[in-house]
Amino acid sequence: MKIAVLIKQVPDTAEERILDPGSGRVDRGASDPVIDEITERALELALAVKDQDKSTEVVVVSMGPADTAKSIRKALSMGADSGIHVLDDLLAGADLVLTARMLAAALRETGADLVIAGNESTDGRAGMLPAMVAEHLSLPMLGSLVSAEIGSGSVSGRRQNESGTQEVVATYPAIITVTERFPEARFPNFKGILGAKRKPVETLSATELGGETRAASTVLEVSKRPARTAGAKITDDGNAAAELVDFLASRRLI
Amino acid sequence: MFELTEDQKAIVEMVADFAAENIAPYAAAWDRDHHFPVDVLAQAGELGMGGIYVREDFGGSGMSRLDAALIFEELSKADPTIAAYISIHNMVAWMIDRFGNDEQRAAWVPQLCTMEMLGSYCLTEPGVGSDAAALSTRAVLDGDSYVLNGTKQFISGAGTSGVYLVMARTADTGSAGITAFLVPDGTEGLSFGALEAKMGWNAQPTRQVVMENVRIPVGNRLGEEGTGFGIAMKGLNGGRVNIGACSVGGGQSALDKSVAYLKEREAFGKPLIGQQALLFAIADMETELEIARTMIWRAADALERGTADTVRLCAMAKLVATDAGFNAANTALQLHGGYGYLSEYGIEKIVRDLRVHQILEGSNEIMRLVIGRLAVEK
Ligand SMILES: Cc1cc2nc3c(=O)[nH]c(=O)nc-3n(C[C@H](O)[C@H](O)[C@@H](O)COP(=O)(O)OP(=O)(O)OC[C@H]3O[C@@H](n4cnc5c(N)ncnc54)[C@H](O)[C@@H]3O)c2cc1C
Ligand SMILES: Cc1cc2nc3c(=O)[nH]c(=O)nc-3n(C[C@H](O)[C@H](O)[C@H](O)COP(=O)(O)OP(=O)(O)OC[C@H]3O[C@@H](n4cnc5c(N)ncnc54)[C@H](O)[C@@H]3O)c2cc1C
Repeated sequence: MKIAVLIKQVPDTAEERILDPGSGRVDRGASDPVIDEITERALELALAVKDQDKSTEVVVVSMGPADTAKSIRKALSMGADSGIHVLDDLLAGADLVLTARMLAAALRETGADLVIAGNESTDGRAGMLPAMVAEHLSLPMLGSLVSAEIGSGSVSGRRQNESGTQEVVATYPAIITVTERFPEARFPNFKGILGAKRKPVETLSATELGGETRAASTVLEVSKRPARTAGAKITDDGNAAAELVDFLASRRLI
Repeated sequence: MFELTEDQKAIVEMVADFAAENIAPYAAAWDRDHHFPVDVLAQAGELGMGGIYVREDFGGSGMSRLDAALIFEELSKADPTIAAYISIHNMVAWMIDRFGNDEQRAAWVPQLCTMEMLGSYCLTEPGVGSDAAALSTRAVLDGDSYVLNGTKQFISGAGTSGVYLVMARTADTGSAGITAFLVPDGTEGLSFGALEAKMGWNAQPTRQVVMENVRIPVGNRLGEEGTGFGIAMKGLNGGRVNIGACSVGGGQSALDKSVAYLKEREAFGKPLIGQQALLFAIADMETELEIARTMIWRAADALERGTADTVRLCAMAKLVATDAGFNAANTALQLHGGYGYLSEYGIEKIVRDLRVHQILEGSNEIMRLVIGRLAVEK
C-alpha cells in the first residue's frame, strides 16, 4: 500500500507569530519553521501502518518555500520513504484554491491508495484544503476523524462532535483527515536522521504541475488584534465572593 | 570543525526535543524520590543513545565522539544526572564493542545499545580511587573459569545493571597485572551494598559491588590478561569528554535561567540585569562555558582521529569543562538570591549534580597530574 501524507510547514506556535502588514502574509523569518503538529500526527498514523507492514510506502507531500525542505527531511528521518516538494516563487502567497490544485496535481502523480492530512493547521487555516483536494481527485473523504482503522482495502474511522459520533468507511483510493486526538508523533532516531539525506525528494514547480499559477484572491488588509484591556479588579470588602459569582454568572460561565 | 553539519543540527534538535519532553519535566521529582527512570533510558536507547559511538553491526549508532559530546550537552540541560549515567553506560558499551571479540560483542552489545540492559563500570575500590593501578580485587584462573573476589566502591548503576565491567588483578605487577572482566547480573556470589546517600546524582543509584567467589567463564574476559588497565583508561578518555559535556550542558542551563531571571527580577528600581556587576558575572559564565565547549570539541576530535595528544586533550577538556560547569551553576545560584537556594527554581540541583563531575572519572587533581607529567616529559 502507498500512503501520501500532506505535511504543512508552519511557524512554531511556541514563539511569537507575526503577519507582515504590507503583504498580509506570514512573516516566515520571525519564528522557526516546524512541521504542523497535526500533520505530524498524520505522519505518525502512516508510519504506524508501516511498522506493521514493512511493504507500506509512505510519501510526504508539501507545498511551501525553500526551507520547507527542512520539514520534509525531518519527516524522512522519522521514517517516510520519500518526499515531494512543491516549490515555486510563483506560488508565494498562494490561496486555498491554488494550493489545493497544486497539491492535488502532485498527489495525482504519486498514485497513492490513501492520502492523510490534518483537519486544520496552526497558521493561516480554513480547514478546507483536504476537501478541495478530494474534490480535484474525485476521492471519498473522511474528515476530522478521532480514530482510524487502516485496512488493506478500505479505511474506517470515527468522527465525533457535540451531537454524536459517526462511524465512516471508504474504499481506496481515499483521503482522510485526522485531528489532534491521534497519537503524538515519534522522535526520529539517530539512524533515521543520518539516513534521511539518502532518501529521494522530488521538487515540482508550478509549471510542471500545470495550470494557473496566480492566486484568485488577494488579502486586502490585515489588522492587529486589539490590545487586551485591563480586566475588572474586585477588592475584597467582604462581598468579593458574591461579586465573583455574579460576574461569572453574567457571562454564563457558571 | 566549529560549524555543525546539518545532520548534527538535526541530532541536537531531536535530543533537545526528547529531553524537554521526557526528562526535564520529571527531573526534580526523580531527584527528590531517588528514582532511577530505566523506562526513559530505554526510550533513549530506542533513539540510538545507548551506543552512540559503537559500531553499527551489533546495533550501535556508529556516530562520532563530537556527536556524542553534543548529545550529552543537550541531555544534561534537562538533567545532568541522567545525562551522566547515559555517558557511563556508553563508555561500557564502547569498551565491549572496541575490545571484545565478536562473540562477546554479539552477546552484550545489542541490548546495551537499546538500553534494555544497562552497564556499570567497576574500577574504584573502597581503598583505592585515584591510584586505580593499586586495585586489589582478585581474579584467579581455575580451569575454564575465573573466580573473582573483592569489593568495588561508588559504582554507578549498581543493582540495576545487567552487566558489570570489572577491573581485577590477575598478577602482582601493578597496572600491568590488571584484567577486565564481564560479570553478568545474577551470577552467584555477586551482591550489592546499600544505596549511598549523596549530595546529588540522586536519580541514579550508587552502590558497592561485592564479589565473593564469583565464578565466570574464561570467555567473559575482555581482552588478554594484563590489558585491563589500558582498556579502563581508554574508556575513561571518552568518559572524560562526555562528563565534561554534561557539565557544560548543566552550566548552560543554569546560565540561561539566570539571564531570564535577572531580566525579570527588579531591585533598586530596575531589573537586576541593569547592574553591571551582574552583567559581568553573566559574561564570565558565558565565556568560561564557551571555552569549555571549544576544548570538549577539540578533545572529541582528537579522540575520533586517535591523535597522539588524545590523553592530554581529554584531561584538559575534563578539567576545564567540569570546573566551568560547576562555577556557572554556583554563580547562577548566587544570582538568584534566596530563590536560588530553594529547590523549586532548579538551580541548587544543578549545583549538587555538577559538583561530583570535578571528583569522578579522574578527579581534577588527577587531571592536573596527567597534564603536568606530560608537559614535563616533553
Ligand atoms: C493571514 C492569512 C490569511 C489568509 N487568507 C486566505 C483567504 O482569505 N483565502 C484563501 O483562500 N486563503 C487564505 N490564506 C491561505 C491559506 O490559509 C492557505 O493557502 C492554505 O494552504 C490553507 O488551507 P486550509 O486552511 O484549508 O488547510 P489547513 O487548515 O491549513 O490545513 C489542513 C491540512 O491540509 C494540508 N495542507 C495545508 N496546506 C498545505 C501545504 N502547503 N502543503 C501540504 N499540505 C498542506 C495539511 O495536511 C493540513 O493539516 C491565508 C493565509 C494567511 C496566513
Ligand atoms: C557519585 C559517584 C559515582 C561514581 N561512579 C563510579 C563508577 O561508576 N565507577 C567507578 O569505578 N568509580 C566511580 N566513582 C568513584 C570516583 O571515580 C572516585 O571517587 C574518584 O576517582 C576519586 O577517588 P577517591 O574517592 O578514592 O579519592 P582519593 O583517591 O582518596 O582522593 C582524595 C583526594 O585527594 C586527591 N588526590 C589523590 N591523589 C592525588 C595526587 N597524587 N595528587 C594530588 N591530589 C591527589 C584527589 O583528587 C581527591 O581530592 C564514583 C564516585 C562518586 C562520588
